[in-house]
Amino acid sequence: MTKILMRGVCVAAIAAAGMCGASAQQMIEPASATPVPGPMPEILRQYTAVTAARLKNPEDGNWLMFRRTFDGWGYSPLGEITPANVSRLQPAWSFATGQTEGHEAPPVVNNGVMFVATPGNQLLALEARTGKVLWRYKRPFPEDMTPLHPTSRGVGLYGDKVYFAAAEAVLVAIDARTGKEAWAAKVDDYKKGYYLSLAPLVIDGKVLLGASGGELGARGFLAAFDAETGRELWRTYTVPAPGEPGSETWPAGGDHYKRGGASIWITGTYDPETNLTFWGTGNGGPWFGDQRPGDNLFTSSVVAFNPGTGQIKGHFQYHPNDSWDWDEVSPPLIVDYRRDGRTVKGLVNVARNGYLWQLERTHDKINFVAGQPYVRQNVFKGLDPRTGRPDVDETRKPGTNKTAEFCPSLWGGKNWPPAAYSPQTRMLYIPANDNLCTQLTGEAPKYVQGERFQGVAKNVLKMVAGADHIGELQAWNLDTGKKVWTTNMPSFNWGPVLATGGGLLFAGGTNDRMFRAFDARTGKILWEFPTGSGVAGVPVSFQVDGKQYVAVQSGWGVDPAKMQTRMNLIFPGQYPDVPQGGTVWVFAVK
Amino acid sequence: MNIENSTRRGFLTVVSVAGLKLALEPIPALAQPASERPKEGDVLVPVESESTNALEPRDIPLGGPPLLAWPMDAADKTVRKDSRLNKILLLRLDPSTLVGATKDRAAEGVVAYSAICPHAGCEVNVWVAEQQTLECSCHYSHYNPREGASVIDGPAPRALAALPLKIVGGKLAVAKPFTGRVGIVAS
Repeated sequence: MTKILMRGVCVAAIAAAGMCGASAQQMIEPASATPVPGPMPEILRQYTAVTAARLKNPEDGNWLMFRRTFDGWGYSPLGEITPANVSRLQPAWSFATGQTEGHEAPPVVNNGVMFVATPGNQLLALEARTGKVLWRYKRPFPEDMTPLHPTSRGVGLYGDKVYFAAAEAVLVAIDARTGKEAWAAKVDDYKKGYYLSLAPLVIDGKVLLGASGGELGARGFLAAFDAETGRELWRTYTVPAPGEPGSETWPAGGDHYKRGGASIWITGTYDPETNLTFWGTGNGGPWFGDQRPGDNLFTSSVVAFNPGTGQIKGHFQYHPNDSWDWDEVSPPLIVDYRRDGRTVKGLVNVARNGYLWQLERTHDKINFVAGQPYVRQNVFKGLDPRTGRPDVDETRKPGTNKTAEFCPSLWGGKNWPPAAYSPQTRMLYIPANDNLCTQLTGEAPKYVQGERFQGVAKNVLKMVAGADHIGELQAWNLDTGKKVWTTNMPSFNWGPVLATGGGLLFAGGTNDRMFRAFDARTGKILWEFPTGSGVAGVPVSFQVDGKQYVAVQSGWGVDPAKMQTRMNLIFPGQYPDVPQGGTVWVFAVK
Repeated sequence: MNIENSTRRGFLTVVSVAGLKLALEPIPALAQPASERPKEGDVLVPVESESTNALEPRDIPLGGPPLLAWPMDAADKTVRKDSRLNKILLLRLDPSTLVGATKDRAAEGVVAYSAICPHAGCEVNVWVAEQQTLECSCHYSHYNPREGASVIDGPAPRALAALPLKIVGGKLAVAKPFTGRVGIVAS
C-alpha cells in the first residue's frame, strides 16, 4: 500500500515539474503503514526517578507535587526573579492545550520535564525549557458520566511513573518516559456519582486520593494504592458506618451515611515527623443539615490519617451539621508559629466558612488554638475558646423549606484555590472573596443514582450593598495572628497563590485574564500579563540550566465561570463571558 | 462542592420508586433493550410514575414546563430507562413559534430533546418560564427549545440532541432516532 501511494506522489511530481526519476530516488518511504513511535527524546531517556526522599526534600529547582512540598506551602525557594527585575518578566514559551474549561493543575516539573494535566482527561509531557511536546496522553470519557467539575488539578510523581486521576474514577499510572499506561485501577463507580479531579499524593510508595461526588450522593473516602502495581491497599470512609467512631453524630438507624458526602477533592498535606497526612472534607449530603440531624462527622473537617494503614488519628470539624455548602477541602498548611510565648507545631487552614484557623498537630490529636474571620462572616456568633466549636446563629442557617441569608456566600471566603506561606516573610497569603452572600432555601430530595442529590429549592447570590470590591489578596502574620496587608482585586479572586524566595507572589484569579506578580512584603502589584483566557491554575516556579521560570495554566471554566455568570445577573452586562481555551504559559526574566 | 442551583425551581424533583430500586441493582450492559437508545416507533412514558400508558400531546402542559419521559418499546413494553442518556424532555409549544427543522420534528407542537447536558452530563433541570428557555443549573447553559435546543449561552458545546416525534393512534411516538449524540463529549 505504501508503494502505491508513493507512485501516486511520483505522478503528481511529473505533472508539476517533469522530473519524476530524480525525485523518486530521493524520497523517503514511511517505515510502516501505521504510525510507530519515534526515538525517545534524550531528556526522557535521562529521566530522573522520583524517590520518597526527593519528595520529602525536593531540589530547589523542581516542583514535584501539587504544592511542591508536603507541607502545602506553595513556596519555591528560587530567588532569581525579584521585585527589582520582575518588570522584565516575559513569556519564554506558551503551549495551547487544545481544551476548554477550567485549567487548574500546576505544571509539575522534574529536572526539566514538565507534566501538565488539563480538562478532557489529558496529560501533557513537555520540555520545561522550550515547551516542546514529549508525549500526549488522552483517555476517553464514558459518555454517560457526570463530571460536575470538568477539570484536573494535577498529577503525582513517583519512580518513573506519573499518577493521573482520570475523571471517570480511575487512577492511572503512566510511564514518564513513554506516556503509556503502566496500570489503571478503578477507584469507584462513576455511575454512582464518583468522579476525580484532584492530584494524587504519593507517600512512601503509596498513592493517596479521594473522590468528588458529594453533590451526587457519594460517600467520601480516602484510599491508597500501591504505586508499583495499582493494588488498593486501604480505604477509609470519611462518613462512618453505624457502629464506627463518629457514627453517633448521624441519625440513628438511618442510611444517611451511604450518601453523606464529606468527599475529598483537594490534595492533602503530610507531616513526616508525626507520619500523619491531613485531608480536608466536603460538606454533608444533602445540603441541609436538618435532613441529617447531628454534627455529621467527618464532614467539613480536617482529618489526620496514618498513610500506612488509613487509620484516622485525629480530626477537627470546622463547623458541625453544614447547611451552607461550605466544603472544607483545603488541607491545613503544616507550619509552626509562635503563640503565648511558645512555638506551636501548627496546622493552619483558611476555611471556606470565612474563618482562619490555627490548630496544633500532635501524634494522635488535633488541638484548637485560635480562629477568627478573615472576610465578612455573619453565621458564627463566636467560638468556644477551648474547643473552637462555633456558636451558630440559627437565623443564618438555611433548612428544608427554610430560607436564610448568610455571608460569606456558598462559594466561601476562599474556595479550593490554595493559600501560600513564605518562610521568608513568615506570612500566609490568602486569595479571598469578601462581600458576597447567599440566600438559600432547601427542599427534601429523593435519591436517584447518578443524579444530583442536593435538595436546593432556591439559591440566590447577593453582594453587600455599598461594597466596592470582592476579590482580595491578604497577608497574615501567623505569629501575631494579625492581618498585615490587603490588596483589592478588580473582580472576584479565584487565583491559587505561589510564593517565591525572590520575595514575590504570583497569582491570577480575576476575570480580566491577568496573571500578576505582587511584592510579598507589601502586596503591591509589580507586574501583570494578559493571557488568552482567565487564570485559575496553580502557579509554580522551577529552574532549568540555572535559569528561573514561572509557569501557570490559563483556562477559564468551572466555578469562576459560574460566578461570572451569576454576577452578570446582579450587574447586567458588567460580567460578560470570559474567553475559554487552555494555554500553558512559562515566563522568565529576559 | 460548588454546585450552585438556579434561582428558579427545577422542574424535576420527584422520582419514581422504580428509579430508587434501579439504584440498588447492577446496571445491565448497554446492549440490553432497556439501555438502547430510542427507536422509531417507541412510545413515551413519564419518568415520575411507573405507568406504561403512552403519553399523548395533551399530557404535556402547553407552554411548559417540560415533562421528563422514557422511551418504551411499544410492542413488549420495555421501558428504556437503564441508561440515563435516554431521559427525554417533552415540551408542548405553539407550533407557529417553532423554527426550521424543529417544526418538522414536532408532533402537534410537542418537541423532544435529550435531557442530558452535553457539557458535563448534568440533567437539564430548569424551565425558565419568562424566557421560555431550558437551563442546566450545573453550569448555566441555556437552550432555545423552539430552534433545535440551540445553545443561547453557557459552556455547552452543542445543542441538545432532538428526538423527532410523530403521532401513532393518538399517542406520541418516536419518528426517528436522536439527531445527534447524547451525553458528554468523549475526548
